[in-house]
Amino acid sequence: MGERFTLISGRTRRQAIAMHKGKGSPEYHAATEVVEMNADDMARLGIVDGGRATLRTPAGAVVLTAHEGALPPGLVFVPMGTAVNGIVGTETLGTGMPSFKGLDVEVEPAPGRPGVPGGEGA
Amino acid sequence: MMLGIVGGRVYDPCNGRDGEVADVWVKDGRVVEAATIDRERAEIVDAAGLVVMPGGVEIHSHLVGAKVNSGRKLRPEDHRGNERVRAGAFRSGVGGTVPTTYVSGYLYSEMGYTTIMEAATAPLVARHTHEELEDMPNLDKGVFITMGNNHFIMQAVSEGRPEMARDYVAWLLKATKGYAIKLVNPGGVENWKWGKNVSELDDPVIGYEGVTPRKIVETLAWVNEELGLPHVPHIHGINLGRSTSARTTVETMKTLAGRRAHYCHLQFLSYGEGPRHVNKGEAAAVAAAVNADPAMTVDVGQIVFGQATTMTSDGPLQYSLHQTAGGRWMNDDVESESGGGIVPITYKRTNPVNATMWRTGLEIFLLVEDPWRVFLTTDHPNGGRFTSYPQVIRLLMDRAYREETFAGIHARARKGALLPELEREYSLYDIAVITRAGPARALGLETKGHLGVGADADIAIYAEQDDKEAMFAKPRYVFKDGVLVARDGVLVAEVPGRTFYVAPPYDPAIEDEIRAYFERAYTVAYENYAVLAGDVAGAEPVACG
Amino acid sequence: MSTVLEHVACPFCGCVCDDIAVEVDGGRVLKVKRACTSGQGVFMEYDPSPRLPRVRGAEVDWDVAVAEAAAILDASDSPLIYGLSSSASEAQRKAVALADRLGAVIDSTSSVCHGPTGLAMQAVGEPTCTLGEVRDRADVLVFWGCNPDQSHLRHLARYSANARGALTPNGRGDRTVYVVDVRETGTAKKADHFLQVAPGCDYEVLTTLRLLVQGGEPDVDVVGGIPVADLTELVERLKACRYGVFFMGMGLTMTAARQLNVAELFTLVAELNAFARCSVIPMRGHGNVTGADQVLTWTSGYPFAVSYARGYPQFSPGEFSAVDMLARRAADAALILASDPGAHFPRAAAAVLEEIPTIVLDHGPSVTAGHATVLFPTAAYGVDAAGTAYRMDNVPIPLSQVIETGRPTDEDILGRLIEAVRP
Repeated sequence: MGERFTLISGRTRRQAIAMHKGKGSPEYHAATEVVEMNADDMARLGIVDGGRATLRTPAGAVVLTAHEGALPPGLVFVPMGTAVNGIVGTETLGTGMPSFKGLDVEVEPAPGRPGVPGGEGA
Repeated sequence: MMLGIVGGRVYDPCNGRDGEVADVWVKDGRVVEAATIDRERAEIVDAAGLVVMPGGVEIHSHLVGAKVNSGRKLRPEDHRGNERVRAGAFRSGVGGTVPTTYVSGYLYSEMGYTTIMEAATAPLVARHTHEELEDMPNLDKGVFITMGNNHFIMQAVSEGRPEMARDYVAWLLKATKGYAIKLVNPGGVENWKWGKNVSELDDPVIGYEGVTPRKIVETLAWVNEELGLPHVPHIHGINLGRSTSARTTVETMKTLAGRRAHYCHLQFLSYGEGPRHVNKGEAAAVAAAVNADPAMTVDVGQIVFGQATTMTSDGPLQYSLHQTAGGRWMNDDVESESGGGIVPITYKRTNPVNATMWRTGLEIFLLVEDPWRVFLTTDHPNGGRFTSYPQVIRLLMDRAYREETFAGIHARARKGALLPELEREYSLYDIAVITRAGPARALGLETKGHLGVGADADIAIYAEQDDKEAMFAKPRYVFKDGVLVARDGVLVAEVPGRTFYVAPPYDPAIEDEIRAYFERAYTVAYENYAVLAGDVAGAEPVACG
Repeated sequence: MSTVLEHVACPFCGCVCDDIAVEVDGGRVLKVKRACTSGQGVFMEYDPSPRLPRVRGAEVDWDVAVAEAAAILDASDSPLIYGLSSSASEAQRKAVALADRLGAVIDSTSSVCHGPTGLAMQAVGEPTCTLGEVRDRADVLVFWGCNPDQSHLRHLARYSANARGALTPNGRGDRTVYVVDVRETGTAKKADHFLQVAPGCDYEVLTTLRLLVQGGEPDVDVVGGIPVADLTELVERLKACRYGVFFMGMGLTMTAARQLNVAELFTLVAELNAFARCSVIPMRGHGNVTGADQVLTWTSGYPFAVSYARGYPQFSPGEFSAVDMLARRAADAALILASDPGAHFPRAAAAVLEEIPTIVLDHGPSVTAGHATVLFPTAAYGVDAAGTAYRMDNVPIPLSQVIETGRPTDEDILGRLIEAVRP
């Protein structure tokens, strides 16, 4: 079982540029199938910088490439896009807005290559 | 396409007709001589016993554009319970104090109005106003462009270069496809961006050496005259709502003594100091000033008990309303040009302040002697909905109804009031003046507000009733350019309207100055600012000079 | 022989920068100047070759596609029209007209962006201003839950932190910049003060700021991870400012309290006006999502999540918002206009778009377009389709057509659909 974290998703320049190249492009996959984490959290979980992590919520699971980032402990950041939408649920608390930020997520190291939403890499 | 409206009692004050039985003949959207009509091929409307008037001309209403749309967004509760169901090709929408655009067009049309003036648009967002106007059918329209807090103009005043202001205003009206110069709390809205306001005509405007409300008003009145605009400077003066308003309104009128000007929603600017900080109505003093100067016209801005949405470009006023009333407040400061705000409000007959406002408006109507100079508005939606006009008409025509309503307002507003002594009742002719002929003439719209040969065939036909509110609420027939658009108060056709604008000539040298000014003053490019004639559906220039 | 078009407006994000220069030749864009990398992408990465529409993946001619789409819409009991944000207002107006005729639900990307901001505005109002006021007057800026360093790349230079204006000739030197965020973003690194708020705690911090503005004293030293001393300093700076401007974003709209967060911020800004002039501007994401709000509001009365099912407009976020409509399987057909919910919606909602018939109007191969039942490859607004876009501060800006491609516009296709569906 993974450790519990809070996830936020959001815009990045790289994701925006890659979007123009198409959401099937290698640039887009590279820009969106990533998670930024606090260095100490990564060390404790045994995830190296550039290594892989599985993020899981009741909506699904996704495997992403993990990088150290300027995050406080307990917080992870994933760029907006098809990857993170594999784990964001459809509950909008009656507002229309899903929980793209402040999402409870379980994180653990993952074997293999980064995969598509809902799946785990080969 | 030929039409004959036959045997009706025609009220056409521009042509001196006071209910005489006459026929009105229409061909290709215009009123024509009877002799040019082939009666065999004309559609005949039997108007025997009916009252025939030109279509209504709205001289001041907030219906479209940035501020109005913020008002719509702010007030979902205003919409619920006021829904309009889709009917065939006619659009659905909502219609309380801030109706959606199609509904505004339909409601005015069903009420017999055929021309409206959008009361205030900041130049930077004029494009938005014109987009909404395209979605408001059945009406011809014009847009008043706010200029009283415009940086370029204030700079011109500061430099003592009125010709600079003149050429800029000509350029601006063309760039915005506007119809008239509008002033709103001149100088005060600029000061509000510093957290302040103005309270006297000679108060300084922050950042503009030597500029005062008085100088702005004088300069724009001079510019208006120089450019020969069809309308006159349309003025929402300083101190709206305050106990000093009657005094400074009269001072403003004296500043422009003998020069043509229009003072809008005058009721809101006609107060004096009352006991315990409750304003007194000063209708007598203000009406006397109006009576004394035949060059000016006014519209009343009558309040109607019930819900309203205050929305003006008068930023500091709206903030002070928020502080008094509490509740929601919208404010928008527009770079280099203007500002404004929105505060929902409810007028109650049991509130002494509101009751005084109501009484003051009616007193102005009854004390201004010349109906050609006092027009019917509620400053929609500030004083009340435009769909309340029939109620106001009844108050003016029916003294008994007026007294009955007066008896129900707060005692403090009744005490010492002039209204019970004012016996005057408006006639149908007077109503035709204050809702059609007078506004059209003040606006310089030569084909509107009358039924003489050459007029646009905008015609409203009413069945006379004792209950004048019911009579004016549901015209029997409404024609727009000779096309039947409403029958018995119900829409039957949707037609596009024209947008009148002015484009007086100017010295092209001003463009270089304006271009340079844009670099400093705006976050949009000079090249992207102007609204082109092709951007405006039905754009029609009106001659100046 | 190439031409350079000046003062072109970029339609990508809510900045709608209109100082872009585009070099074109023979129906192609060669070079773009002054646009940020996102704007560059809009003009340079777009393949404008005219394409035929597709029905179930097979190319057909336009009349057939229109007829198929109309048949889908006519057969639908509960159609959903969604997107709108990367389309000109002229097209958005047609989308609403179509929804009115069909009795459809219509929603824009607002519902997954600044919808909660609209709800807050409905609840408490909104003291705002245009971007020129920020550039010219603002001496204190607070970026709350937004990261223009990554999302609105020229915002700081053109309009806010670094912009030079009438009263701010030294640009950045004339301003104090605060950032409130859960992590040290690129924007935070450029700020004078970074207040790191604990995730999900913006509401308490905002309430505390309101208390401080009114002269109250919290009985704790830290709120939401931020020392009260820092909050006190912020309040004092704001109360003494010439003109303070807050920019707010998804950090408030997407987290737990949604519109309540935003309403608290808007109330704070309103209350500050008793001491100093302050305004707030939402950082609208897509280039014309503000236009979608405006158009929906002036035609229906409501800014997003509107249903015409009863023959008149009804407003209910959570009910008629697109994610909810799809998640509940309440829509049996969808028309997606200039937007990619297939990529940007939570998977369970996006998956429904692969199950129900969809009509997609898009200029490119979006994820949603890839699953379309009927795909209309339309012109890209601001590139090969002119029109009007509304900037994040509600200023309307004309978009240019910089190349002629012969592609129909969204407005054209929607107009044809209005005529083709049952009256």
